[in-house]
Amino acid sequence: MDDGLTGLARVRADYIASLRQRRLVGGVVLILFAALMATGFVLANAENSGGFWRGLPHIFDFPAEILSEAARKVGELPGLLVHYIPALVETLNIAAIATLIGTLGGGLFSMLATPGLALWPRAIPVFRRIMDLCRAFPEIVVALVLIYVMGGGPVPATIAITIHSVGALGKFFSEVNENADLKPVEGLTSVGAGWLQRIWLGVVPQVAPNYLSYALLRFEINIRASAILGFVGAGGIGYELRNAISWGKGRYDAAAAVFILLILTIMVVDQTSSALRNRLTKGA
Amino acid sequence: MLLSVEGVTKTFGRTTAVERATFAVEKSAMIGIIGRSGAGKSTFLRMMNRLTDATSGRLMFEGRDVLTLVGAAKRAWQSQCAMIFQQFNLVPRMDVVSNVLHGTLNRRSTAATVFNLYPRDDINRAIDILDRLGIAAQAPKRAEALSGGQQQRVAIARALMQDPKVILADEPIASLDPMNALVVMDTLRRIHEEDGRMVIANLHTLDAARRYCDRVIGMRDGRIVFDGTPDLLTTDVAREIYGADESFSEAATSTSIEALETTTAYASAVPGA
Repeated sequence: MDDGLTGLARVRADYIASLRQRRLVGGVVLILFAALMATGFVLANAENSGGFWRGLPHIFDFPAEILSEAARKVGELPGLLVHYIPALVETLNIAAIATLIGTLGGGLFSMLATPGLALWPRAIPVFRRIMDLCRAFPEIVVALVLIYVMGGGPVPATIAITIHSVGALGKFFSEVNENADLKPVEGLTSVGAGWLQRIWLGVVPQVAPNYLSYALLRFEINIRASAILGFVGAGGIGYELRNAISWGKGRYDAAAAVFILLILTIMVVDQTSSALRNRLTKGA
Repeated sequence: MLLSVEGVTKTFGRTTAVERATFAVEKSAMIGIIGRSGAGKSTFLRMMNRLTDATSGRLMFEGRDVLTLVGAAKRAWQSQCAMIFQQFNLVPRMDVVSNVLHGTLNRRSTAATVFNLYPRDDINRAIDILDRLGIAAQAPKRAEALSGGQQQRVAIARALMQDPKVILADEPIASLDPMNALVVMDTLRRIHEEDGRMVIANLHTLDAARRYCDRVIGMRDGRIVFDGTPDLLTTDVAREIYGADESFSEAATSTSIEALETTTAYASAVPGA
């Protein structure tokens, strides 16, 4: 940049030039994004057997059918709700155990994979890749393999969801860890604390509220995942849902009952999680 | 009457942070509010800027009670009444010029500012203001890359970009070393003298108030206990404001370099020190 400008004029010209460059980059990214959206839509619409626009008006046909049948047999709904509660408990158990082990495992992996906190800084990529692997396989694939090996039931589903939870929570947790203030850790190092002491006493108090809310969000996701795994033979409410939905006419009231139970469960988990989180952050 | 504060009170639950604060300002001046931490200085400035709502009382500026403003009128008042914070309160990951341009947010459309689009004239004016404060060379850097004193001057530049009638400064030098504190206080004084803007600064050190302000207001436990020119601010009055005993020395609350020398002299005069 040798255009003879000096002092303030130099500062101005440089700033305007960098601003123009940033705007250019922003504009290009925006155009790319719009192009991706457009081509993606066209491609999806072409591959779709029905066609997006023709199918759009029928989007509520199936829910309407379920709701109308459930409305006709509304008297049986309370009985059905009670009938499905044991299955719901099984699904919740699978999700809870998977989330609990996933939180502990994810917490440990995240500490080992966060720069500045890791016990063996050179091994950070190793733990990161392990977490990537845990996340890479869909739960349903892991569950199908395990069901093939171990037979149906809740244990394969729990293991499959746990593996995924460790990977996903480890990733979230390590991002939380990166935002943790290292000054308390330095303070503990200065008094001669060991690695586990520094982590447990210096980092965990800072990150615990965020851990909790991520873990509870994961619990919600795991309830859904565990319900889905019921479709492939892991038991619980998903198994009941498959029976209700795929038996055709006459069972939509049962499907509605299962959906009501699932929706209520998610609401309860959400309310509990915000209450717990508030208590933890405010130290009450 | 430019500014008239009438019985402004703020209570948090059962504690009273500011109790019936009353004073009037005839014409633009540089006013220092002194007192211990927790005396209600910050709460008062925050009420004036409408960051905190007052519990009761009136705060008339140019004949209008600014405590009752809501919505767009409140935001327009905030743009007229710039605030400078102890911890600078800049956006750390944005560049210095963008931070200064934030001073125009009240005048610009949300859509344009969200995409960081500002008129060329504003950008040039922002750089001119930075130049006036001696930090034009830092213009393209991220705010977080600057030293504390430089960040505080960026915050002052943001305030000036608002073209405000009043500048409120909440402990502007409490996080700075003596050299930077001097630069920042000189800058605030210069802005008052050159632009005629009213400056109200919370200061926890006596000497800064004495040196830079036309008028000093002393607060203790939420009440105004002193209001007058700096020369009326005797050691006895200072003891009353700070609730200190005989051992209180002005140098003990000082941040200026000259005072540091007197502190050293004082320390060496104390036996065994």
